[in-house]
Amino acid sequence: MSDTNTQRREFLKTSLGAAAVAIAPGMLLYSTANGKTEGASSQVRWGMLIDTTQCKPDCNDCVTACNTENGLSGGKSATDSQWIRKIEIKDVSNGRVTSLPMMCQHCEHPPCVDVCPTQASFKRADGIVLVDRHLCIGCRYCMMACPYKARSFVHETLTDQNPDVPRGKGTVEACSLCVHRIDKGQIPACAEACQNKAILFGNLNDTNSEIYNKVRSVASKQIRADLQLNTGVRYQGL
Amino acid sequence: MADLSALRSMNRLFYVLLAFGGLAALGGAYAVYMMEHHGHIISGMNNQIVWGMPHVFAIFLIVAASGVLNVASIGSVFGKAIYKARAPLASLLSIAMLSGGLAVLMLDLGRPDRIIVAATHYNLTSVFAWNVVLYSGMFSLVIVYLWTMMERRMNVFNKAAGLAVFVWRFVLTTGTGLIFAFLTARQAYGSALLPPMFIVLSFAWGLAVFHVVQAVIYVWNEKKLDPEILQRKKNLLGVFVIGSLYMVATYHFTNMYFAHQHGFELFILRDGGIYPNLFWWGYVVLGNVLPLLLIYAPGLGKSKCVMAAALLVVLGAFALLYVFIIGGQAYPLNIFPGYEVSSSFADGQIASYTPSIYEFLLGFGGLAIAFIITTVSVRVLNFMPQDKPYISD
Repeated sequence: MSDTNTQRREFLKTSLGAAAVAIAPGMLLYSTANGKTEGASSQVRWGMLIDTTQCKPDCNDCVTACNTENGLSGGKSATDSQWIRKIEIKDVSNGRVTSLPMMCQHCEHPPCVDVCPTQASFKRADGIVLVDRHLCIGCRYCMMACPYKARSFVHETLTDQNPDVPRGKGTVEACSLCVHRIDKGQIPACAEACQNKAILFGNLNDTNSEIYNKVRSVASKQIRADLQLNTGVRYQGL
Repeated sequence: MADLSALRSMNRLFYVLLAFGGLAALGGAYAVYMMEHHGHIISGMNNQIVWGMPHVFAIFLIVAASGVLNVASIGSVFGKAIYKARAPLASLLSIAMLSGGLAVLMLDLGRPDRIIVAATHYNLTSVFAWNVVLYSGMFSLVIVYLWTMMERRMNVFNKAAGLAVFVWRFVLTTGTGLIFAFLTARQAYGSALLPPMFIVLSFAWGLAVFHVVQAVIYVWNEKKLDPEILQRKKNLLGVFVIGSLYMVATYHFTNMYFAHQHGFELFILRDGGIYPNLFWWGYVVLGNVLPLLLIYAPGLGKSKCVMAAALLVVLGAFALLYVFIIGGQAYPLNIFPGYEVSSSFADGQIASYTPSIYEFLLGFGGLAIAFIITTVSVRVLNFMPQDKPYISD
């Protein structure tokens, strides 16, 4: 074998070795960072049953808990984000007043997901409707399409963000059902904070869950049921 | 020598016009920089009025860009000679206005730097995503169409390209109308009437813009438009204005028939403050009644009257779009039908909106882009309509 050939083989071997040494730590870090997480299951449908008879008009605990959990300012100006809000409704025909929390209803057929041009609005397999902040271009079409006004646009630079809940100026955001807590086996902050236990959170598909059985035993409503979006959030006592 | 000095002064005027256009475009760029830097907090838009003044400008430009092609279609598809002579200018205006409108729409995004995502992550169910294809397709088609008109060897494909543009622009304006028609939950939108309404509006707005530009080009070149041609064009404008008024009236009449829409109609047409004022005075009187008078009243209808009518139609277009887009969002979303509603998030309240200077700068920046493209192109290429002695066809 000629000298040149041997040299070439040696060179190729060394190059391959060097490349492997260079890439390996990166691959290791990548797999560590990503881990082998389990994806959301389509067997699950997360939802809420809100008992409006237990919701007190002057109580704002769910809103405060949401703001703290998700790092929202809690401001109420027209440009501030409000992922959950208390609404007072008065029946025009009889004057009956009801108070209730309103947030993303996590529809089975979400209009925001239909209209989003970039697939930034999406529905997870377990029914949670989310915004991918990396894909959102800030067109606000989802805000126009949402029948519940559940979404907010980030109008200015943010500071002191909660690392679990990254947000971004120029993108749209909404209640995530505290997805970061759900994935850790916890319940959403608003449900946890409600002293009157007006917010019942759980798996609407699980025959053993409290929410499954309660939705079957008490009369509950979907808001704007006429739109047939099959919301994950239901209201009792309306 | 007198001719030469006149030519020089025209030349100077061209650069002055270009400088004005450039300055306005620069103002738009400044607004984009400011909104990018500070966020939309410096605009008048908020979580209730999510689309504002930039969208009024952008939608006007895009709708007019489609409508102006009517002139070309009547020429290429229906074979009318006087329109055929104007097809290159109409196509140029279409490209110019589409560029301006899309620039405004894009630069108003919360993250305009991510615009490429619209191409890499495509959502088949989104009418916005469809429009990305429709707008870019229209752009390319009109360029090809222009090529078939301006390059002699390509002339054989002119008819086919003209037909393709004709079909495409109908689909495109349908797409623009569908953006609103698909918003089922909002009282102002969610009507199947909107796509055809936008198509007919585009006829009137496009022809009005075409007429203004054509008149300026004729004055610039010291030529006079054949009165016969002016007569036909002004009649066409009149018919389009009547047609669009009919569509807008039908949209409101159908709404008024539904009891659940009464509140919204009363707001837009009577109680909503600036919105009914803009609708009746801006759109109906200035944008329709006055132009129709200028076109059809005995003794009027001369070149200056038609120019004024065309300008008024454009003004009316802005008034209507403001009422439609801003007024439509200002009226509270009906989340609980049959209930009085109040909250910290403006539920049950009329949303307030004051456009900021940056929104106007961005909007005028879009107009400036259309203006610059038109002015430069008309200067360097031959877009002047070449009429043979007029014979009625």
